[in-house]
Amino acid sequence: MRGPLLRKVGAYAFAIVFILAGWWVTAWLVNSPALPTPGATFGVLAANLPALVPYFLTSTGRVVASLALGTVLAVPLAQVCARSRRLDGLFAPVLYILYPIPKVVLLPILLVLLGLGDAPKIVLVTLTVFFQVLVAVRDAVRAVPEGAVLSARALGASRWGIYRSVTVPATLPAVFTSLRIGVGTAIAVLFIAEAMAGSTGLGYFIMQSWSMVNYPRMFAGIVALAVLGLVLYGIFDAAERRLTRWRS
Amino acid sequence: MQQKGAQVAFRHTGLVYNRDGQAVRACADVDFTVPAGCSAAVIGPSGCGKSSLLLMAAGLLEPTDGEVLVNGRPLTGPRRETAFIPQDLGLFPWKTVLQNAMAGLRFHGMPKAAAAQRAREALESVGLEGFERAYPKDLSGGMRQRLALARGLAIDADLLLMDEPLSAIDALLREDLQDMLLDFWRRSARTQVLVTHSIEEAVYLGQVIVVFSDRPATVACCLDNPRVGTPDWRDSDGFAAQCRAVREALARAVDR
Repeated sequence: MRGPLLRKVGAYAFAIVFILAGWWVTAWLVNSPALPTPGATFGVLAANLPALVPYFLTSTGRVVASLALGTVLAVPLAQVCARSRRLDGLFAPVLYILYPIPKVVLLPILLVLLGLGDAPKIVLVTLTVFFQVLVAVRDAVRAVPEGAVLSARALGASRWGIYRSVTVPATLPAVFTSLRIGVGTAIAVLFIAEAMAGSTGLGYFIMQSWSMVNYPRMFAGIVALAVLGLVLYGIFDAAERRLTRWRS
Repeated sequence: MQQKGAQVAFRHTGLVYNRDGQAVRACADVDFTVPAGCSAAVIGPSGCGKSSLLLMAAGLLEPTDGEVLVNGRPLTGPRRETAFIPQDLGLFPWKTVLQNAMAGLRFHGMPKAAAAQRAREALESVGLEGFERAYPKDLSGGMRQRLALARGLAIDADLLLMDEPLSAIDALLREDLQDMLLDFWRRSARTQVLVTHSIEEAVYLGQVIVVFSDRPATVACCLDNPRVGTPDWRDSDGFAAQCRAVREALARAVDR
């Protein structure tokens, strides 16, 4: 057990050193206040933290709400679609057409309809998450081993028992995989939405700092958004690992 | 422990199902009885509809003609005392060995502690003690097989239905598992129905060998095989002769 663990820690240590070195070299080459060196970043972050925190919390709240909402809407629909051939025949073409459309282009419409507050941002990110989770879970439900369903029924499982003992554990990993993969897109879409409209969230904070030519403040915002993505990714990755220990 | 095995009777049972808008007749006018405590082997050409027969006996599939009776009563759904082992064993890969063995009892509403106790006993009787916390992926093919059996033992089944459970296992291990199945059957009063495509397996495990014809599956003949479970049966001349008889019956059933 110690060998692989040490190797893993070593690999991550190397990755961090590699990224920091690349960052440092790039910062040194461009030599601009817009890209401080890693060493200078701590000071920049510390100086801007009080201003940053409310914006950070707003963005975190929006992204978490959207991820939750998108998942809650997508999972039941995916279950139903995968279960019923007729419904799936109806929905599959709809999904096929809508899935590749970049949801972010709907932002102007949402701004017109929902104003400049939380609503258009949450709706837009929810839409992005919804389609990703829907597609992944629909495939996962279809891949549930038939024998497991049969033996659960034979062992006397109720409809709810089958759901709890077969469908959910078989598909939950797919939910977290799609969230892990989707979190990057979700934060990107949120950034655009916040940067374009309103006066809240990290997207606004970053672009406002940019227009004020306060580059250290701008960079602090960028780091905060990166940390938000990294933390959410880590959480989903850990959940996925915990839920897939049974897989080979 | 169950005091008595269940009796299973097919009465003019038929099944027609719909595949891509076409009516497919899986089996027709199946009529035979497996007496209580008997071990029956069902053999027939692959894809002939034997599996559907087992699903009907498990109460998982409703016949479109005739009926299936267990202990004289028509089935309306799965019975609590029937253990069904599908071809892929139907284990829950996301549950531990112990949770798999407990599954039936938990579905029946037994409290966790009592179910775990019973499951542990079942696991011990198939030689899986010490693997309670492992996942099915950590087990070998033979151990998975034994886990599927333990699941049936835990619910104290009086009827064990198996759909080619040993087909994915290599020859020597397969004989071990056949011995185990035979041993469990002899030590209990359980009725056992095994669907197989292996003639040797049918002759080694079936007191009654039900030979099916090609699609739609129907009973071509029933062969008595009274020496099942006698010492050295597998290596005896009688065994070879019986295998020949089954092979001929199968050939006739397919030609028909």
